[in-house]
Amino acid sequence: MAQVQPRTASDSGLQIGPLKLRSRLILGSGGFPSLSLLGEAIKASGSELVTVALRRVDPSMPGSVLEVIEAAGAAVLPNTAGCRTAREAVRTARLAREAFGTDLIKLEVIGDEETLLPDGPELLAAAEQLVEEGFTVLPYTTDDPVLGRHLEAVGCAAVMPLGAPIGSGLGIRNPHNILLLREVVSVPLILDAGIGTASDAALALELGCDGVLCASAIARAENPVRMARAIALAIEAGWEARHAGRIPMRTYATASTTFAGLADLGNP
Amino acid sequence: MILLNGRESELRPGEPLVRALELLGVERRPRGVAVAVDGEVVPRERWGEYKLRDGQRVEVLTAIQGG
Repeated sequence: MAQVQPRTASDSGLQIGPLKLRSRLILGSGGFPSLSLLGEAIKASGSELVTVALRRVDPSMPGSVLEVIEAAGAAVLPNTAGCRTAREAVRTARLAREAFGTDLIKLEVIGDEETLLPDGPELLAAAEQLVEEGFTVLPYTTDDPVLGRHLEAVGCAAVMPLGAPIGSGLGIRNPHNILLLREVVSVPLILDAGIGTASDAALALELGCDGVLCASAIARAENPVRMARAIALAIEAGWEARHAGRIPMRTYATASTTFAGLADLGNP
Repeated sequence: MILLNGRESELRPGEPLVRALELLGVERRPRGVAVAVDGEVVPRERWGEYKLRDGQRVEVLTAIQGG
C-alpha cells in the first residue's frame, strides 16, 4: 500500500494571533456588484475572514454588509483603507474595534494616491501603537523584507506584502522578494494585492506564503463566484505543491524514459 | 455649530451624543456602528450621557464593502 506523507500541524490551517482559520483565503469585500454576490462568493471560496471598511453612515444605503458576511459564516476583518497617516489609521482601528467588537485590524496606510503603495514609516508607527493597545495587527506592506522584519519585530500577527498595486491584477511582480520575506519573517505571510487570477494565488503559496488576501480578482471577475472557487482551489494546490518538494529547474532536458534497452531499428 | 458626518446639523450644544444617531436613524440598530467626536472614539456605553459642545465634529461610521 502506498505510504501517504503524514500531514503537518500547519497543514490544518492558518493561525493568525489567536485566530485559527481552516481556509487560507481572506476575502476582500470591496468591488462586488451586489451583497448577494458577495455572500455567494464567500461560500464558494470557503473563506472564514472577510474585510470591511468604515465609512460615514448613509441612511439611504440598502442592506448590511456585516449581516451578509456573518450569514455566510465568516468573521469580519476591518481595515483602515483610506488612511494616510499613522494617527488616522490608529483612530480608525479604535473605531473599528468599537463597531465590530474585534481586535483584528487590517492596517493600511497609503503613501501615494496613484499607486496606493503603503507608507512604510507611517505603517510601522501605527503598527507599533496598535500592538501596544492589544490589537491583532495584519499590516498591508510593500514586498520589502527589511520592513517586513520590522513589522514582525513590533509584534504584528502577520505580514501582508503586495504582489503588485491594489486592483492591478498584475500578479507577483517580484517573486524573489517574496522568497526573501519568507526567509526573514516567521509570522504568517499573506500575499495581499496584485492577484489577477488563480495561478497568481498558487504561485504565492509556492513561494512560501501561508495565505492570500484577494478582493478585486474575485469581486470584479465576470463570474465572481466561479473565480472565488478557482482561487480557493489554487491556494490549496499551491500549498500542496510547496510542501511536495518541487523538482529543480534545469537548462537541458532530463529524459523521463531510460535509454537502456533501446532497440536498434536501423540508422538512416 | 456642531458638524455631523461633515455637514451642518440640527445638533445643539448640551444635547446627548445619542441624538446624532437618532438623526441618522441608526439608534435602534447600533451594531456595527461607531462614533467619534473630534477624532476620538466615544464608547457606546457613553452615547447617552455624553453632552455635545459647540464646534465639535461628530462622525458616525459603519461597515461598507471594502478592502
